[in-house]
Amino acid sequence: MAVVFERPKALSDVPFHYCPGCTHGIVHRLVAEVLDELGVVGQTVGVASVGCSVFSYNYFDCDMVQAPHGRAPAVATGLKRSLPDNVIFTYQGDGDLAAIGMAETVHAATRGENITVIFINNAIYGMTGGQMAPTSLPGQVTQTTPYGRDTSVAGHPIRVCELLSTLSGTALAQRVTVDSVKNVNIAKKAIKKGFENQINKRGYSIIEVVSTCPTNWGLSPQEAMKWLQDNMLEYYPLGVYKDVTAEGGNK
Amino acid sequence: MAEKVLMKGNEALAEAAIQCGCRHYFGYPITPQTEIAAYMSKRMPKIGGTFLQAESEIAAINMVLGASSAGVRAMTSSSSPGVSLKSEGVSYIAGSDLPALIINVQRGGPGLGGIQPSQSDYWQATKALGHGDFQMFVLAPSTIQEMVDFVKLAYEVGEKYRVPSMILSDGMLGQMMEPVEFPEKNDQDIPEKPWATNGHQNKRKKNIINSLYIEPQELEDLINERYQRYELIKENEQRAEEFMTEDADIIVVAFGASSRVSRSAVHMARAQGIKAGLIRPITLWPFPDKTIKKSMDTASKYLVVEMNKGQMVDDVRLVVEGKKPVEFFGRTGGIIPTPDEVLAQIKKLAGKEE
Amino acid sequence: MAKITINETLCKGCGLCVSACPKQILTLSKEKMNSKGYHPATIIDMEKCIGCTSCAIMCPDVVITVER
Repeated sequence: MAVVFERPKALSDVPFHYCPGCTHGIVHRLVAEVLDELGVVGQTVGVASVGCSVFSYNYFDCDMVQAPHGRAPAVATGLKRSLPDNVIFTYQGDGDLAAIGMAETVHAATRGENITVIFINNAIYGMTGGQMAPTSLPGQVTQTTPYGRDTSVAGHPIRVCELLSTLSGTALAQRVTVDSVKNVNIAKKAIKKGFENQINKRGYSIIEVVSTCPTNWGLSPQEAMKWLQDNMLEYYPLGVYKDVTAEGGNK
Repeated sequence: MAEKVLMKGNEALAEAAIQCGCRHYFGYPITPQTEIAAYMSKRMPKIGGTFLQAESEIAAINMVLGASSAGVRAMTSSSSPGVSLKSEGVSYIAGSDLPALIINVQRGGPGLGGIQPSQSDYWQATKALGHGDFQMFVLAPSTIQEMVDFVKLAYEVGEKYRVPSMILSDGMLGQMMEPVEFPEKNDQDIPEKPWATNGHQNKRKKNIINSLYIEPQELEDLINERYQRYELIKENEQRAEEFMTEDADIIVVAFGASSRVSRSAVHMARAQGIKAGLIRPITLWPFPDKTIKKSMDTASKYLVVEMNKGQMVDDVRLVVEGKKPVEFFGRTGGIIPTPDEVLAQIKKLAGKEE
Repeated sequence: MAKITINETLCKGCGLCVSACPKQILTLSKEKMNSKGYHPATIIDMEKCIGCTSCAIMCPDVVITVER
């Protein structure tokens, strides 16, 4: 018998602090597998953001820089401009990327920075205990929308892939999820495309992963996956929103 | 003899940075320092460097954080309101033990304030540019030549002790022109940074640049170690100019633009038989307490002249410990005091009021 | 012929592997509890395992190794 599945080398041998059933763990593993398969761990520098994944600097076996909340794309820009032949990625949640960091996100994309952005969209602020996120759904109950998100007061959620797909600097904007083996495999392919784009200097790649937060949604891991399927995918349809290679724009 | 070039302060500073090996500038336009960005935008592309006009001063300081993490010499510049935006980033840079060069060309504040020169960011630079226990190495030039010379010093001290450095300039120095000389080969001996996150290439353990330490004891230990480095800086890196202080009875203490005015006032006072002198702090942090303490042997009174409502005067009073009177004179709002105004204050202290 | 190994110390009993297994041979073992207080995943019948790696792919804590 041969080993057909084991822990990727780029994932440090450190137990995750994430809640049971939190999809962060799946996505971390996919990023690590991709870095291993592309053989780029030695030249990779990851930028950790602020949120549940703040300790990601402990989980990836490459050089890591911890950025202030929302600023990861700017830190990544400083790194990439200084180390143009290295592989730079950010790993961000919905508050980090689409609330406090919205300007940094839009401008890194419009500049076409050759970085890869992994965006975990679980429609809530996990680390701070379940407050509304820019991606929380209308009517969704959170700690700061205890009666359900009222769009007349709190506005409507932001669809990040759609937003960034309007920018010329964006090479890839793809929304995926990890609720099934089939979708995990699609997510991994998208992440790989995002890193390949960087290596081929095609511009900014973002892979938005529709994710669960069982703890703050108040659901079991399996119930959370069902809530994702029933509610989130309608508002956040999976798919490719921009892909310069598909358009024949292979810069 | 090296060539003399007539340059505007902002541009001389930018050129000096390039000659020190800085190849990455991230900035944003704001009066009165936009010339730094404009100069960099012309020079950097020609030498294969990075000029990036960031989306905000916040983004710019975070780009510096990234570039410094990569181990390169990077720089950002702004003026007072923009420097406030950098607070968070500077705290993270200091908490991550990164060198970085930040330029503040001060203007009138608070708020949008004015666009004329001031010195009202002294507290911000020396006490509180960001949350938490930390310090930056702060230099106060008073001539364009010093603007040029201090860039190298700022990088060297920053890299030696792993602290961010600030050059605290002001709108007058930024805009005026003076002849300057650029030393030859100013980018030699840039130290290696084994702690930098530039890709481990599978040849070393991974590096982490971080300021988060969840375990309180670990955080305290780190801060204590950092403060030991600060003690070394205080011991070894204080700098100040002493002008006619050997027999001075009344000592004016002033930095930057107000020191130029004060120097003229001291000349005028001496011409009228008053034994005046000037101590000009060059490092604002570490504060040159050794120089001031030494002067207490002969001085009987101190006059602190600033373009603010009284910020450095507190530090002078702390050093003097109430043993001699320390008076303050300041103008604010963007107004530069005149030598006559300062002379009038000196004469008041000398008991020779008109 | 296939075999999986589950690291019971690191398993958080989330159950995603149980849902993912096409042969339904995984369960959260009520009889066992690890030092973190979780019921770890256990394989009911290793003979029926086809080594599809579905459980390992869905596991957020990378506790499953698969051999085939």
